[in-house]
Order: sequence, then structure tokens, then C-alpha cells
Amino acid sequence: MTSSTETIPGTGKRAKIKAQYKKFIGRKIIFILFCILLIFIIAGVAATLGSFPITVAEVYTIIWQGLFQNPETTKEVVVWNLRLPRIFMAILAGAGLAIAGTMMQGILRNPLASPFTLGISASAGFGAVIAIILGAGFISGEYLVVVNAFVFSLIPTFVILGLSRYKSATPETMILAGIAMMYVFSALTQLINYFAEAEALKEAYFWMVGSLGRASWDDLLPVTIVLVVCTIPLMWKSWDVNVMGAGDERAKSLGVNVTRTRIVIMIISSLLTAGIVCFTGTIGFVGLVAPHICRMIIGGDVRFLIPASGLFGAAFLLACDLIARTIIAPIILPVGIVTALIGGPFLFFLLLRRRKEFW
Amino acid sequence: MVKLKVKNVNFNYASVPILKDVCIELDRSEMLGVVGPNGAGKSTLLRCIDRILSPQEGCILLDGRDIKDMHLMDLAKKMAYIPQSATHVFPATVFDTVLMGRRPHVGWRSSEEDLEKVLDTLQMMHIEDLAMRDINEVSGGQQQKIFIACALAQEPDVLLLDEPTSNLDIRHQLEVLDIIKYIVVERGISAIMAIHDLNLAARYADRILMMNGGHIYAAGVPSSVLTPENINHAYGVEVEVINHNGRLYVLPLRPVVKR
Repeated sequence: MTSSTETIPGTGKRAKIKAQYKKFIGRKIIFILFCILLIFIIAGVAATLGSFPITVAEVYTIIWQGLFQNPETTKEVVVWNLRLPRIFMAILAGAGLAIAGTMMQGILRNPLASPFTLGISASAGFGAVIAIILGAGFISGEYLVVVNAFVFSLIPTFVILGLSRYKSATPETMILAGIAMMYVFSALTQLINYFAEAEALKEAYFWMVGSLGRASWDDLLPVTIVLVVCTIPLMWKSWDVNVMGAGDERAKSLGVNVTRTRIVIMIISSLLTAGIVCFTGTIGFVGLVAPHICRMIIGGDVRFLIPASGLFGAAFLLACDLIARTIIAPIILPVGIVTALIGGPFLFFLLLRRRKEFW
Repeated sequence: MVKLKVKNVNFNYASVPILKDVCIELDRSEMLGVVGPNGAGKSTLLRCIDRILSPQEGCILLDGRDIKDMHLMDLAKKMAYIPQSATHVFPATVFDTVLMGRRPHVGWRSSEEDLEKVLDTLQMMHIEDLAMRDINEVSGGQQQKIFIACALAQEPDVLLLDEPTSNLDIRHQLEVLDIIKYIVVERGISAIMAIHDLNLAARYADRILMMNGGHIYAAGVPSSVLTPENINHAYGVEVEVINHNGRLYVLPLRPVVKR
């Protein structure tokens, strides 16, 4: 071992390592701050773009005035009741799906884990399709689709948990069970779609690819509550998830109740996903790609990965929705298509140019 | 005073007995080597002691307290277990990996003191130059040292090691065991290591436990346990035990032909 030039052996080296480590932490915080800035910039642009022509200056005047009075003119209504809820929903949904994906990948130690691969989105889609096409569900009225999707999306999690009472809840069992469920629910959805009327089918299709177009101020409150209530315990458990990365046995030896932690995080992540997709439809790829991109940039420490991928996911979904609304305006694409079309190649690009193992 | 006591432990995997009536007593500053052929129950024993597995019968007492009655975090403050080579490890810097060892002692935030302790441990293991490298980029031997560093950062009273030298070349084998021995003596902790290499067991362990088919077949100081008769019986191998400069060396000759 070659030692450097310091006089007291070890002291200079210690300071150097510590400085390096502090810098390493600092980089993560800078990335998080950068994502916040990014959200503000994209949101600022998104508010001004759309099929209804309003100038940039007007938009910000309207937003400012709207803080003190209710929107009256068409322009005010467009900005306050169409664009702003959509922007906030993109931020909330992007953050929630990315955080859920981060945690699922962490506890299952699997890079493919996401709300999609665990069957949550597929079952939510099935619940929604039942409501849209068959008109059947747990409640009637305007929230039929939302409630149906929410209730159904929790099924895979409970099936997986039930299974884990009989077989040990290893990550492999949980993933395979989730994938099995995804196929079953996809097949059931297609079965119903096969016999559906063209008009209902179109609506069901829109739901399946996910869109932010239905967002309203009323929807934002429950989504915000779900996001906040779920993220706090996930943050609290983040160090335990880090420890579980070293393997179940080592984690147990470090005092972490591995099985319980895995199940608790699984339930919370599912609730988080369910609370979002029931309003937006199954927006894919954010939950898978945002955690990976952030892991490549700031490393795998879950304590930083939760805020980072949440904020990055928000910025990402916001940007995708902006593109979806403007690329072939006045036609608005479903945002789920854009997330996959942009996220896929972007992930591929990062995989090609990464220098070291990130998974 | 007895640090750790394993009392009449029986453990079955799906009604197949793995451990049969195992009893151990371990003092402070003592290093116990557990040897025995594959499938003798060495790893299972270590897992039972650290409550990763729960024995169907018997109990394990740490400072006179049954570990079953202890909170997991409290047990983790006193006992650390290093599994046989970790399978797939999440990418993390070496520094962060060792920092995980501080988990039982702190809540959510790691303090300045924790960072200092990580630095101490890295220096003790002579891996401070790897601090900011990714754990998946270093060699198997270095990884083993990192996992031991993580367990040492845990500051346990009892250290359980499953094949700590299995991935190491002979230089690393000696380095790692020298460090463990040093810590056992210096900090007054107790260590139990399952180890295949009988020569290393003879060299480093204060006492040796020879297991065979879930039983303790022989126990005592190395010279009393590592006899040609015992090894022949437990492993089915004919050996010569040589005393060279006061150290025991086991020289394998040939497998015993089964009749």
C-alpha cells in the first residue's frame, strides 16, 4: 500500500476521504435542487403553451390575479381550470409513480420491478374497464371509474401478501406472482374489450394508456394526501431498504425485520400507485425509468434516491405531457405514449454510455 | 463470565434435523473455530445464534439473556453476522456499505461520529483507499474485507463469521484473520467462525468445535480436536498432523475407502 505525502500517517488521508464523501453527498443534494429548478422551469413553460392562444405575460398575470379572485373570462378559466390542474397532476403523479418504483426495486432487489410489472397497473386497468364498459362497480356516479380502479389495483398486493403467508416472501416469489397477476388482468381486460362497443372501447383505451387530461382541482387533493401520507413512512424506512441491499441475512443481522419491512413497503407503494393511477390511468414507464436514471446519476442510497427520483419523475412526466400537448397540436396525445417513447430511448442511451455498474 | 451460551439447540428444516442438541459456551476474548464437513450444520448454527433462524428447541443466551426476548435492534448492537460470500450486492460505495454497520446505533441521520467510526474501521482493515469506489468494482478479497469492516463498524460483542476466508488468496487469508484475532484480543469481543481450512482453524482459534451430521463431535483446544482419528471419522480422510514450530498442520493423505 503506497501512502501519500502527509506527515502524520493517516490523518491527511482521513480528511481527504471525508472531504470526498461530503462532496459525494453534496452532489446528490445539488441534483435534487436541480430537479426542483427543472420542475419550476417546465411548469412555467407548460402554463403558457396550449391550443388556446394566450401570451406568456397574460398567463402569469392571470395566475397572479387568480390567487385573489375566481376565474371569470375564458382565458382565466383555461389557465386556472385546465392548465394548472394538469400541471399539478403531472407533478404529483410523476413523483408518486417514481417513488413507488424506487421502493419496489429496492425491496425486491430487482431492476424490473415497477407498478407495471407487479400487476398493479394491469389490475387497476381491469377495474376501470369494468366500470367504463360494463358500467359495473363498487359505487355509482362520477367516481365509479376511480373507485373501481383503486379497489382493483390493491388486489395484486393482497394476493402477494396472502401467498407470502404460505411461501416465504422472497423477492423472486413476489415478482413472479406479480407478473402472473399482470397477465391474468391484462387477459381479462382484453376479454371485456373484445365484446365492447366502439365508443366505450375508445374511452377504455384512453384510460389504459394514461392521460392527465381529466385532472381537476378536486382530484388534486386526494392525490396530494396519498403522496404525502405514503412518502413519509417510505422516507423513514429508507435506511432499512439500503441495508436490505446487502442481502436479507446481513440486513437481519443489522437488526432489520426484513420480512415485515418488505411487506409494509410493498403495501405503502401499492397504495401510492393505486391512489395515482385511479385518477390518471396507467401511465407507464415513469415508475421504472425515473429511479434508474437517478440511480445512474446519484447512486443507490435510498435516502437520497426517494426525493431525487420523485422530483425527477415529476419533471419527466411534466415534460412528457408538455410534448404530448404540443407536438401535433391541436391533437393531444395520451401522455403514457410519450413517456414510453421518450423514456425508453433515454434509458437505452444511459445504459450505453454509463461507465460503471449501477445495478 | 460466559458471554454466549448455546443450550441444547435443535433445529430442523422441514422436519429434517440439521442441528442436534448443540451446546456451546463462549467467553470474552475467545475465538471459536467451527469445523466439519459440508452439511455438518456450521452455517445453520451461526444463523441460529444470530436469530436469523429460530431453533425449534433450546435457547441461546447472550450475557445471560435469551436472545428471543431481545429487540432485533438491541441484538444487532451486540452481535454481527457476516454471511458466506454475499450473493448479489446492490451497488454502493465502500464507504456507504461500511456506514450501514452503524444502522443499529443510530436513527435516520448518520452523525459526524458515525463517519469517524467508518474511517477508523476502513483504516483498520487497510481499505481506506477504496472508500469511494463501488463495491462491485473491487476484488472478491477486498469485498470480504469490506463486509468484515461493516460488521466491525457495528461494534458488536460477538462476531459470527461464516467462511471469512473462502474467497481469499493466502495473503488475504492471513491478513483478515490477523485483524479479527487482533480485535478479539484488543476489544475483548468473542468470535465464532465457521471455517473449512483446518490449518487456519488450528492457527487462529483458541478452541475448536468439530461438527458432524448436526452433532458436536469433538470440542476443545486445537491439538485435542484436530487428531488424525477425529478427522478420519468426521471427514473420512486419512491425514497426518504435523507439529512444526509449535503449530499444528493438517496434511491430507487420501480419502478413506468406504466399505
